[in-house]
Amino acid sequence: MLSKRIIPCLDVKNGQVVKGVKFKQHEIVGEILELAALYSQAGADELVFYEISASVEKRLLDVNWVRDIARHIDIPFCVAGGIKSVADAAKVLEQGADKISINSPAIARPELIKELHDEFGKQCVVVGIDSFFDANTGEYLVYQLTGDPNSASQTRYKASEWVQRVQELGAGEIVLNCMNQDGVRKGYDIEQLSNIRKQCDVPLIASGGAGVMQDFVDVFQQADVDGALAASVFHKQLIEIDALKQYLAANKVPCRL
Amino acid sequence: MIAIINTGCANINSVRFAFERLGVNPEVIRDPAQLKQFDRAVLPGVGHASVAMKRLRDQGWDTAIAEYQNPLMGICLGMQLLCDETEEGNVQCLGQIPGKVSYLETGQLTSPHMGWNTLSVCNAHPLTQGLNPDDQVYFVHSFAHASNANTLVESEYGTRFSAVVAKDNYAGMQFHPEKSAKVGATLLNNFLNWQL
Repeated sequence: MLSKRIIPCLDVKNGQVVKGVKFKQHEIVGEILELAALYSQAGADELVFYEISASVEKRLLDVNWVRDIARHIDIPFCVAGGIKSVADAAKVLEQGADKISINSPAIARPELIKELHDEFGKQCVVVGIDSFFDANTGEYLVYQLTGDPNSASQTRYKASEWVQRVQELGAGEIVLNCMNQDGVRKGYDIEQLSNIRKQCDVPLIASGGAGVMQDFVDVFQQADVDGALAASVFHKQLIEIDALKQYLAANKVPCRL
Repeated sequence: MIAIINTGCANINSVRFAFERLGVNPEVIRDPAQLKQFDRAVLPGVGHASVAMKRLRDQGWDTAIAEYQNPLMGICLGMQLLCDETEEGNVQCLGQIPGKVSYLETGQLTSPHMGWNTLSVCNAHPLTQGLNPDDQVYFVHSFAHASNANTLVESEYGTRFSAVVAKDNYAGMQFHPEKSAKVGATLLNNFLNWQL
């Protein structure tokens, strides 16, 4: 049976791993390679690296660390940060990344998803979506350029519309992040994820809000996502990955022990 | 000496690094004439079958692979290309491993089949040594080889399919051993130790 994936997320800035709260106040967590090795040995199923300032600074991420990761890590990993073209994506994949994730550049130019799909295949193309719940309208809206609070802005898309559109364009996986939940460790946004699951035929990864091990069980059982991404609970060692896997297994969530 | 066949449309680095972690230094080769100098060879592959098959034929790899006498293993698309034919683009493949590659019918499950899945050994072979019943490996694919007499290991995602196949000196792994942590390393080691 296919396992549910546990995916530590490493936000990269100036060559180091950082972590913010609600996308702000970034503090340094550690060295990229050291943390990546630690998590993969602990049983992480996949790693995601976001070079958070790349899109904001209108540049491609630094591909040198991507090669180091590929050399030392024996699990799949996905890389994001300022990938705006097929040529950019090729540079990242050549270094040994398994997938590339695009977010703001896809909003700026949605055809990029199709171009990447046609060149590298669906399985390589992950679309990250930052959604924010607007209490005034009761709608989930898509935000862009969230790597820096000064540049973050609302887009014209509602989250459900954008999820539909990116699938039509050829996205092979969707990472749905709820910004309201990010870094506050109050649990995943089960309601939104459950709704999006109904319209999402490709693997769906939950992001934002993990605080305790039960949050992972809940999001897998109630929202039927394929993977759960988390950062601060792992970086702050509030949850150990092997203990989490045992807890998932005890709760009948299929996972890799 | 082990060769990694580079036709220009696969991610060579991941496979190379995985062997380097096992203490061997593969040579990446682009010329089919070089192949016969090597003790064993790997055919990696990602992308579309029809594009990859055209490159293999245009560059003369089809003949070089057919004449090769030592262990040769395809990974993911590389495995599919060693089979008779594939539904992806409806192309004839290299024909070294009997059987057809078809679209993987996943039923209600999301497609592609992406993630860690379990294995079940159906025919013991030097390539399957050390595999335990709970072991999992990392898959990413939409097409698969239907189990037949050459299937060594099966997996299931909507349908049962071949995860590891072998015929004579040719073998294939549908998943990515280079990305499958310790289990993957065991399987790559088995390939390095496989004596015909």
